[in-house]
Amino acid sequence: MATRSIIPFGPQHPVLPEPIHLDLVIEDEKVVEAIPSIGFVHRGLESLVAKKEFTEYVYIAERICGICSFMHGMSYCDAVEHIMEVEIPDRAKYLRTIWAEMSRIHSHLLWLGLLADGFGYESLFMQSWRIREKILDMFEATTGGRVIFSVNQIGGVLKDIDDSLMNQLLKSLDDIEKELKAITKTFLNDATVNNRLRGVGILTAKQAVDLATAGPFMRASGINRDMRTTGYNAYKDLEFAPIISKDGDSYARCEVRINEIFQSINLIREAAGKMPAGDIATPIKGFPNGEHATRVEQPRGEAFYYVKADGTKFIDRFRVRTPTFANLPGLLETLKGCQLADVPLLVLTIDPCISCTER
Amino acid sequence: MAKVSKSPWVLHYDGASCNGCDIEVLACLTPMYDAERFGVINTGDPKHADIFLVTGGINEQCKDVVKQLYEQMPNPKVVVAVGICACTGGVFKETYNILGGVDTVIPVDVYVPGCAARPESIIDGIVKGIAVLDQKREAMKQGKLPELNVEDISEDGKEQASANEAQNAEAETTANAGEESK
Repeated sequence: MATRSIIPFGPQHPVLPEPIHLDLVIEDEKVVEAIPSIGFVHRGLESLVAKKEFTEYVYIAERICGICSFMHGMSYCDAVEHIMEVEIPDRAKYLRTIWAEMSRIHSHLLWLGLLADGFGYESLFMQSWRIREKILDMFEATTGGRVIFSVNQIGGVLKDIDDSLMNQLLKSLDDIEKELKAITKTFLNDATVNNRLRGVGILTAKQAVDLATAGPFMRASGINRDMRTTGYNAYKDLEFAPIISKDGDSYARCEVRINEIFQSINLIREAAGKMPAGDIATPIKGFPNGEHATRVEQPRGEAFYYVKADGTKFIDRFRVRTPTFANLPGLLETLKGCQLADVPLLVLTIDPCISCTER
Repeated sequence: MAKVSKSPWVLHYDGASCNGCDIEVLACLTPMYDAERFGVINTGDPKHADIFLVTGGINEQCKDVVKQLYEQMPNPKVVVAVGICACTGGVFKETYNILGGVDTVIPVDVYVPGCAARPESIIDGIVKGIAVLDQKREAMKQGKLPELNVEDISEDGKEQASANEAQNAEAETTANAGEESK
C-alpha cells in the first residue's frame, strides 16, 4: 500500500470564491477520503428573527446569499404569506417568477465561468461573465440592484415591470441566447473541455437518491425531480419539463445547467406573454401566527424554509436548509477515488454556495 | 485618481460575507469592469499579493485565517475592506458570531461601503489602495519599519468594535467626499 498523506484544501483557495476546508487523504495522487470542515461563513443569521421585525427580516433573508438573494427573500415572504393567509396578486406571482428565473440565468452563467476557470480555460470564464453582465444590467433596470434587489415585501413585490422595460428585457434575453449558443459549442464540444469533464466524478442515480442530493447535481444523475413542478408562484401556468441527463459525470452537470439557462429564457418569455395586469401587492394587517414550510427550486436545487410565528411582531423561529448542504455528502462520495488535480473541479461541479449552507 | 506606479496583485478572501460582495470582486476582473487595465491580477497566493480585499464582518472561525493571510503577505501591503459588513458588520452586526468589521482583526487602509459594494467603488477602493501602497513603499525606503499592529488589536474583537466605529464613520465620509468631488 502506498503511503497515505493528508493535504489541506482551503479555506483560502484560488478556485473558491468562498471558504470551505477539506482534508484530503491521498495515496500517491489518488484521493481516498475527504473530510470537510465548515463554519467559516457562519453569521448566525437565523437568530436575527428575534431582533428584527418580521417585515424587516425580508431584507435579512435576502442576505443569506448574494447569488440567490431574490429567491431567499421570496421564499421567506411566501412562508409568512401562507401563515397570514394572504393571497398575493397574480401579477406579483408572475413578477416573482420572472425575477427568480433571471436569478437562475445569472447564477448558472456565474457557475459556467467558475467552472471554465477551474479547468484553466480563462477566455471562456471571461466570456461567460461578459454575458452575465447583460442580465445584471436588466436586474438593475428592473429592480435597482445588481446582486441584492430588495423588491420583495410580504404581500407581493415593491416594483413593477412596465411594457417598455419588459420589451427591453426580452430583447436582452435574445442577445443572451445568441451569445450563449456560441459558447455552448465550446463547453459541450471542445476536446479539451471534454477531456476534463467526461467520466470525472461519477455519481450514480442510486447514490444520488441515497445521499439525498438536490438540484442540477441530482438531475445530472438521471433523477427527475424539480420543485418548480409543484406549481408555486406562476409555474403552474407555465409549460416546462425538468432537464435531466443520464451520465452523472461532470459533463452531464455542465450540460444540465446550460440547458436550464435556455429553459429559463423560454420561461421568462412565456411568463411575459401571459402576465396579467393588476396590483402588485396586497396590503397586510396584523401579525403572523402559526407555522409553515416552503420548498422552492433554487439554481442549486431544492431549498426548504420553515417559519414559526407566535402572533407578535417577531418571528419565533426561522430555519433554512439549502441545496449545497444537501449536496455535500454527494460531493464527498464523488471525491473518493478521484485524482488530486480534479478536486477543485469536482468541488465546483456541485455549485457550492457556502454562505447559504452556513448562513 | 492616484498615479498607478506598479501593478498591484490582489488577494481576495471571504470573511463571513453573504457572497454578494465576493461575486462583485470577481466581476471587477471580468471584461465589463476589467480591473486588469490598472495591472490588477487576482492571485490565490498571499505571498504574491500587495492588496488584500476582505469582505464580510469576520466571524470567530475565520478570524485566524484572515490574520494568517495578512501576516503571510510581504511588506508593503494594503488592506481594503469591501462592503458594509467588512466596514462595520452591517446587518449582521447584532448576531452572536460576527465580530463587526475587518478592522477588529487586522488594520484596514481603505473602506469601501455598499451592500453589495458596486464594482466601480471596489475598483475605486483598489486605486486608493495603490496610493497607500506607494506611501508605504516610500516610508520603507526611508527606513521606517511598517507598523506591525496585528498584535495590538485585542483578542476580544467586540470591545474593539465600538472604538472602531467612530473611525469607520470618518473613513466613510472621506470615501463619500471623494466620490462627490469626482
